[in-house]
Amino acid sequence: MGLIDDRFDKNVFVTSLDFVFNWARRSSLWWLQFGLACCAIEMIAASMSRFDLAERFGMLFRASPRQADLMIVAGTVTKKMAPVVRTLYDQMPEPKWVVSMGSCANVGGPFDTYAVVQGVDQVVPVDIYVPGCPPTPEALYFGILELQNKVIKYETMAKKQGAVAAEEQRMRDRAEAMAAIRA
Amino acid sequence: MNDQPLWLTFIFAFLIMNVLLIGMAYMTYFERKMLGAMQDRMGPTRTGPKGLLQPIADGIKLLGKEDLIPRAADKWVFFFAPLIVFVTAIVGAAVIPFGGTINAFGRDLNLYITDLNVGALFVLAFSSIGVYGIILGAWASSNRYSLLGGLRAAAQVVSYEIILGLSLVGVFMLAGSLSLRDIMLEQQTNLELGPLTVKNWFILSQPLAFILFMIAAVAETNRAPFDLPEAESELVSGFHTEYSAFRFSFYFLGEYISMIVVSLFAATLFLGGPSGPGSSDHWYLGILYILIKAIVFLFFYIWLRATLPRFRYDQLMGLAWKVLLPLVILNIVVTAAIRLASDGLLF
Repeated sequence: MGLIDDRFDKNVFVTSLDFVFNWARRSSLWWLQFGLACCAIEMIAASMSRFDLAERFGMLFRASPRQADLMIVAGTVTKKMAPVVRTLYDQMPEPKWVVSMGSCANVGGPFDTYAVVQGVDQVVPVDIYVPGCPPTPEALYFGILELQNKVIKYETMAKKQGAVAAEEQRMRDRAEAMAAIRA
Repeated sequence: MNDQPLWLTFIFAFLIMNVLLIGMAYMTYFERKMLGAMQDRMGPTRTGPKGLLQPIADGIKLLGKEDLIPRAADKWVFFFAPLIVFVTAIVGAAVIPFGGTINAFGRDLNLYITDLNVGALFVLAFSSIGVYGIILGAWASSNRYSLLGGLRAAAQVVSYEIILGLSLVGVFMLAGSLSLRDIMLEQQTNLELGPLTVKNWFILSQPLAFILFMIAAVAETNRAPFDLPEAESELVSGFHTEYSAFRFSFYFLGEYISMIVVSLFAATLFLGGPSGPGSSDHWYLGILYILIKAIVFLFFYIWLRATLPRFRYDQLMGLAWKVLLPLVILNIVVTAAIRLASDGLLF
């Protein structure tokens, strides 16, 4: 991510700097304050007292897209809303990430109609898909944690060892985590 | 008065500036933790031990963000406006005394950067210049929400500036000086209250002025419940809607540093500054006391933010002109009458 990607040779200074910046970005993912449908209610619940998703992970609600790093597309994206979502995405400064929350944002959900975008990835590039209708706060957590891992671990790794190795590592970590849950 | 070599003053000014910047960073952490505690949440816990690295992560991230300038913006004004807010916020600390003159390292050292004979006026003047940064930044963004936020900030700061200045007139009449050092020294004299002997802190003789000053200071620094210039629910982010990355963080820095400076200012004017048990013998205790007093004020700011909803705009203006202004003039008249009577000049 970022405009200065691949402008420099890979050496110990640039990759260490990458790590520091990626750590800071992971730790301070300010989040664009907007919701589209019922998933937004679950997102709000996740950020309130009981779960405190927002503050614990160092995230903040920012009302202005100019100050946000992360867009959580929470809810059904209708064809009328899609240009607005795209505008908001374009207004966010680089580096930026998108989490698609809920079945509607992922694939259109139950609304297989002329009015609904069948997946928000047709409008903006999505980093993490969180399944569920609506996802529980815990599921959103898991999505955010995965995004943080992606930012700090896999993006630093993708620069050092290439995107394929980073993706393989991600799949291995995922299998380990799932095995740990089942055990 | 300023009889120490200039390089010593520079070193002290450098120290104060860095302490303010670090204090600002950890003020955000303190605020998030306290808000978390008041709202039954945890606050930042994941970044570093107990979330202590959170402000540093925020700062580095803002450094690494893309710096967007809207196409319709006035580039030079857009560039300079946040700097005005930042610089004017930090300059106010130049006249705050952290103690008198001490003898250390074989020299006489002043525990203040400079002792202007109009020190209090200097702080007020710079806090009102700061609003130019807000208005210019809002106008230069060419965004209607920014412009509305800027206009609100202008009207609000102009109204509350009057309350802020007039509430201090009583203190100036009692101290007989505008110099913050003289005001601080005046509060180290003793006051006889029947059997009790207490330090002559001006909060005892000017309680109404103290309350009015606190209300006006919250409005002056654009904090909740007077944060109308950046009301999220109406104006997106108010005057800094179009600001991203490090330019935005200058606004952020300016807001928090002006909070810290106003807290130090209030501690100096009303709570005796560095005065406290043992502070006349040990200068470091004095510095500790003034910092503790400032932290109490900062806690008060956070407490207000967690407790009160935002004012409506007409309520804000009505409060300033119909309630606070008559009270502050009453305070001046009563203080002047008592001062004259105690000198035998009245009747």
